[in-house]
Formats: sequence, structure tokens, C-alpha cells
Amino acid sequence: MKKLQYERPVIQRLNTGVMNKFGTRTEYAPVTHIEGNAVKDLIEKYGSPLFVISQRVIEQTYRDANRAFKTRYPKVQFAWSYKTNYMNAVCNVFHKMGSWGEVVSGFEYQKALNNGVPGNKIIFNGPDKTEEELKSAIQNNSMIHIDHLDELYLIKELATEMKARPKVAIRVNMDTGIYPMWDRFGFNYENGQAWDAINKIMLTDKIDLVGLHCHIGTFMLAPSAYGVAAAKLSDLALGIKKKFKKNIQYIDMGGGFASKNTLKGSYLQGQDTSPSFDQFAEAITTAILNAGFVEDELPLLILETGRALIDEAGSLLGTVISNKRLSDGRRATIMDFGVNVMFTSFWYDHKISPAQEFSQYTEDAVLYGPLCMNIDVIRENVTLPPLKRNDHVVVHTVGAYNMTQWMQFIALRPAIVLIDLDEKAHVIRKRETLSSIESEEMMPKHLKEFKL
Amino acid sequence: MNIKKNIALSDTGFVFNPSSGDSFSTNPIGMEIIKMLKEGKSNEDIKSHVLKTYMTDEVSFEKDLYDFMNMLTKMNLMDVDQKDETKKN
Repeated sequence: MKKLQYERPVIQRLNTGVMNKFGTRTEYAPVTHIEGNAVKDLIEKYGSPLFVISQRVIEQTYRDANRAFKTRYPKVQFAWSYKTNYMNAVCNVFHKMGSWGEVVSGFEYQKALNNGVPGNKIIFNGPDKTEEELKSAIQNNSMIHIDHLDELYLIKELATEMKARPKVAIRVNMDTGIYPMWDRFGFNYENGQAWDAINKIMLTDKIDLVGLHCHIGTFMLAPSAYGVAAAKLSDLALGIKKKFKKNIQYIDMGGGFASKNTLKGSYLQGQDTSPSFDQFAEAITTAILNAGFVEDELPLLILETGRALIDEAGSLLGTVISNKRLSDGRRATIMDFGVNVMFTSFWYDHKISPAQEFSQYTEDAVLYGPLCMNIDVIRENVTLPPLKRNDHVVVHTVGAYNMTQWMQFIALRPAIVLIDLDEKAHVIRKRETLSSIESEEMMPKHLKEFKL
Repeated sequence: MNIKKNIALSDTGFVFNPSSGDSFSTNPIGMEIIKMLKEGKSNEDIKSHVLKTYMTDEVSFEKDLYDFMNMLTKMNLMDVDQKDETKKN
């Protein structure tokens, strides 16, 4: 007689009509494949955990964003935000589709150059640009976005020294009606700092003010805030035109568009609450178009959105290490991935799907990572079918920030695979080894040997 | 330790405790275990039946059975034997 498929015995109290913090069951179908590649095979071949990026989803999302803006505004340019995911292969998917590069450090700047992005299509943001990095950016004719006055004065000095005319924009922070207001970056609009910086630049002929930049927040759920920001930047641009007879070439609205992830503590799913690209585009383009620019002097609209373009393209495959019961009776499942590789589990209730068939029975559980650290919690409350050791799961929407903010802490970082348009998997970053970590370490001679 | 005699179990996995009014739902294997417990079967009997019927190994099932029995106790579905409790202490 053929034996039956085994499922762990589970029993659950029925609380009719009463809400609980675990919510209702959300997983009705296993995710056994990612674009034609079986999860089981991917893990067998490349190890567990494993990041998987879908080129198809990146391209679809990019096209959607591009359409939303280009149907509403004549001049639109996306610049790929390197900090969101700077795997070279990922950057090149965006560059192939026409994105410029947007970087926030010398290291990222070098990465963009090495990827083949022309210097004059790299936007250099961020508060920390060294003298050497600024020199290189000036030489390459990159767009330097000034964050503070010290940087402005340094650029002025370098311009004289190098006999060059750097192309700059200023970063402007402002009250757009949202909390918290990001006023630590750039120059404030309301208190006159922005105008002060503009005057300082315009009254020297050493620097060319080509653009205005803002980045009002992160995971923004209110498109209207972008409308306010676009109106304020447009006001500055028109003011510059009036005062100095100079056309500002571009308005850079930065990033911060929310992805479809669900923020912790949010009552509704991110799928339902995150605004679409069309909503952001409508708010931004309406504000610029109504600001009063002459038709042929409309500035180029630059967008540096990162999270909303890449988050959904990334999945994390993982394996169950063990199940246990906590002292209060809750089920605890330990996975082989934790906050070390999934930094975003601090912010989101990530959607997690089992990667094999399961029955309709579920259990309320806490999902832990493998680290010997109490903070390593992936989901505080999740309702999943009973998972057993060596079962696989797929964590969805992890493409943004995890592959740049991951930590080599306690465990080594996993491999990353990109699935191309023909559903073929390519390793784009190898699994780390002990030697890749220790290659930068040095041992003083007197500590080389010991006896125990 | 035995399951309480008045616990009702339906064929669809609905478990009812008439003395507290609490109701529970269990999966097919959980249902089989509760049924066997009601019939007075020992843990050894349950183990050999499950190993014969399902694709699992002894170590995994023993762990799951122990956990399941703990949950039944926690949910007040077991008659806790006073002697057993003394032994534990």
C-alpha cells in the first residue's frame, strides 16, 4: 500500500468573529516556480538562501513608470538609484532601458563609470563627496548635486583650480505637508537657504547651475506631497529665470515612491494602499505644467525612483531549519535567512509563500532567522501552513535595499541569480566564502601562532 | 495522560469541548491522533500506526506528536494525571 503524504498534526482554536494579530490566511497557492525555474532546483544548484531577480519584472515595471510620466510630460528621464540595488547586472538592465545613473558616494560613482555610464549622465548626490571625487565628477562633466555650503565653496575652489565650469544643481528641502520633513539634506526652501545658495552660485561665473533637486522622503504614500514639492521647485526655477534670465535645464524630483510592500503596523496590504506610478506622475507633472513655464522652456523632469522600480523583481528563497514551540504556545519556525540578508524585515511584513504543495490547514507562527541574536525576527505574526524541516519558502518583494544593506554578520551572504527574458538563470553575484571575507584581513606577526 | 472523555470530534476535524464551549479545528492526521487517544491507544500504538500509514520517519513524528500532545494539554483537552504531574516534579 502506498503511504500517504505526511503533514504535521496541527490544532487551532476557533475564534469566530474575533480579530487577532495574525490576521486572516493569505496564502492559497504555493509558489513552486519563479518564471519557469523550480524553486527546489534553484536552491539545489545555487544554495539556500538565494536571491532571485526577474529581468522581466524589472522591465515591465520600468515601462509602466516610463509610460505614466511620458504620457503626461514631454521631457522625462529616469536615473537609476544605485544605492537601492547596485548589482552591476541590475544597473545594466536599467541602463539598457535608458536610465542614467544616480549615485551617492565615490564608490557608487566609480561603479557607474565602470558599468559604462557616460560621466555626463551620472548624477552625483549625497552629503559626502571628497575633493578627489568632486574633481573626477568635474572632469567627467557629471551633474553634481550640492548638499551644503562647504561643498559649494569647495566646488568653487576646484573650478578655479581646474579651469573648468562644473555643472551643478542644489538639493532643496521643504515642507510638503508630510512628517518627518527631511531637512537634513540640502538647502531649505521656506527659510530662504535655497535662494541664498542659488544667489551664491549665480553670482559667480565659475559654476553652472543646471538643475534643482529634491527628495522629500521615503516610502511615500501621498502623491500630493510630490505635487507640493514640484510646485516649489518650479517656483524656484521661474524665480531664477526672472532674476537672472537663466533657464534651469532640469527639475529632479528624486525618489521615495512606495513599493507594493506592506509596512509594519499597516492595517491594509501594500498592494491596496501604495499609489500607482500614474498617481505620482499626475501630481508631479500637473504641478510643473501649471507653474507657468513657457512651452519650449519646460525643464527636463528627472526621476530617481529606486524602490518602486526594483522591489517587486526580487525574491528570496529560503529553507526551514527547525520548528519549535515558544513558552506561550506560539509556533516558532526558524529559517535559514534572517535580518542579516533581509534588512527590510525591520520595516515590512513581507509576504511569504511556501514553495511546495500544502493542505488548507494553517498555524499562527513567528518566523525567526538563523542568527544567534534575539532581534533576528522575520515576521512577528504570520499564518502559514505547517512547514517542516527542509521545506522551502519564497519571500516576495525584496529587490530594493536588501542586496545593498545586507550584512556579513554571523553568516556569509548568499548568491544572487538573475532570470533573463528567456527564463534562463544567471549568477550575478557568487555566494560568499570565508576567503572572500578574510581577503581584506591582516594578522600581525606576533599573533600568528598560539598554544592552547 | 488521556484526552478528556467528553471531547467531541467530527469527521471533518471539528473539535468541541462541551465543558468550556471552546471549539477547535484540526487537520486529518490530528483527527486520527485524537480518535486514537479517545480509544485509549498508547503513544506507541499511535506512532506505529502513523509510521505505517504516512511518509514520515520516527524521529520527526515523535517530535511532532510530543508537540501536538503539548498543544492539546495547553488547550485544556487532556485530563492531566495527578500522578504524572507528581512524577514530573
